[in-house]
Amino acid sequence: MAEVLVYVDHVDGAVRKPTLELLTLARRLGEPVAVALGAGAEATAATLAEHGATRVLTADASEFADYLVVPKVDALQAACKAVSPAAVLIPSSAEGKEIAARLAVRIGSGLITDAIDLEAGDEGPIATQSAFAAAFTTKSRVTRGTPVITVKPNSAPVEAAAAAGVVEALAVSFSEAATGTKVTARTARESTGRPELTEAAIVVSGGRGVNGAENFPLIEALADSLGAAVGASRAAVDAGWYPHTNQVGQTGKSVSPQLYIAAGISGAIQHRAGMQTSKTIVAINKDPEAPIFDLVDYGVVGDLFQVVPQLTEEITARKG
Amino acid sequence: MTLRIVVPVKFVPDATGDRHFAEDLTTDREAVDGLLSELDEYAVEQALQISEAADDAEVTVLTVGPEDARDALRKALSMGADKAVHVEDDDLHGTDALGTSLVLAAAVEKAGFDLVVCGMASTDGTMGVLPALLAERLGVPQVTLLSEVAVEGGTVTGRRDGDTASEQLEASLPAVVSVTDQSGEARYPSFKGIIAAKKKPVESWDLEDLDLDGEQVGLAGAWTAVDEAAARPARSAGTIVKDEGEGGKQLAEFLAGQKFI
Repeated sequence: MAEVLVYVDHVDGAVRKPTLELLTLARRLGEPVAVALGAGAEATAATLAEHGATRVLTADASEFADYLVVPKVDALQAACKAVSPAAVLIPSSAEGKEIAARLAVRIGSGLITDAIDLEAGDEGPIATQSAFAAAFTTKSRVTRGTPVITVKPNSAPVEAAAAAGVVEALAVSFSEAATGTKVTARTARESTGRPELTEAAIVVSGGRGVNGAENFPLIEALADSLGAAVGASRAAVDAGWYPHTNQVGQTGKSVSPQLYIAAGISGAIQHRAGMQTSKTIVAINKDPEAPIFDLVDYGVVGDLFQVVPQLTEEITARKG
Repeated sequence: MTLRIVVPVKFVPDATGDRHFAEDLTTDREAVDGLLSELDEYAVEQALQISEAADDAEVTVLTVGPEDARDALRKALSMGADKAVHVEDDDLHGTDALGTSLVLAAAVEKAGFDLVVCGMASTDGTMGVLPALLAERLGVPQVTLLSEVAVEGGTVTGRRDGDTASEQLEASLPAVVSVTDQSGEARYPSFKGIIAAKKKPVESWDLEDLDLDGEQVGLAGAWTAVDEAAARPARSAGTIVKDEGEGGKQLAEFLAGQKFI
């Protein structure tokens, strides 16, 4: 059976959820072989094996942390050479897409980004993508070389599927380009204790209607009552009320949770592009004409300063 | 020595319009008016700021696209870029990201460069891979997704805000950078700028000028194929209630019914 390379996104050995989703998709195409790089690479093996990785290729070197993107491309290229995979799957993070792009050029292959589903086809994997702010759905395939495909978070369920997960050292010789861009300082983001925005099952977002940074705790309280991530519209981020890392929309994160709650967000195309594929959409807005109401499964026309606290209180009461 | 800055920009269908696919499943560029991709305005802005801070610099804007794409160049020139290059060739129709990067890399080389400044992504394809593809093809460092950028001497530095960390990056020129929409508001063209832009040179190159072959690009030369494009089914109309004092409770009832609580 053909092998499929899966690039592992992990933090010091803790595998992030989108990688486990990739393993689910990889098993539809062949036998998943994981590639884990950097500090803690070997520690990923147990989790990866539980989710279907037959082999885990690992490499650690200071270059992976000290220089941008290219050392990881060198390693994946080495893995492609060692494995001759039927496809290479990479999480659709900012870095993941850059790695995929450069790898595609290196190995002379076509590139598909931001797939939301994958299935096996006669002529290689068929990728489903959303286009034009999710107004269209397309099906595409790579026609040359080894398909390099990045997949968005929440595109597949995480499934337990025990496999051998044999750890093997991957020999990597770094290219001249590897040390081109030095990371001279790194400041880790403080954890909020909330789920990662792109991975969360529920997202609660605030927009212009929140009317100030001092009011965002209302949105956070609702999110916490549901165990949700917090998002913000571009208007709220541009106004400096909430960090850009939480921005949902075309120039921020694209999310596809089970439930999306938009509070005080009108629903401009820039925002819709980032949340339109959410399964259930709920909005609270005082303007009955707001375009967000065209998308909703349930909408409340009203003042979010009344509705949101009441909702939070009711959820908390029901959860007892 | 003149610091040669090249800014690749894209002419895209207006995202607020009703965007569609054409019959051959390429982007329909007829139905919706085009414009300079908003995210490329940030690249033009940062290029101009770097140019203004340098002793001697020149900003060239570059686009690959049909005749209308000149509008995007004109806008960038009216913001203050010095000159423009338009790569236009009938064989380019349907070119994918890898093909576009091949053409852009050849054009950037021909123009001559010390620094390439890109936007973070286009507003139509939204892949966000062009800067990395260009760096790979040009064989120069990529310093990408910057919310702050500066050039001093032969070095470019910047801040990249990622999901888990914020990183300070540094590379020697020549290099490819990309800037995000957090890098600073793009300036509006002044009346004087708009008038001046009319006199600025716009060169036209075709594939032959770039020593590229038509078979390497276009739909036929693409490394990927789109087999189907379907309009997403309209979401069925939802329930909308007016808050009469119980809106939050009604919403909680709905969420409980959907098993979210």
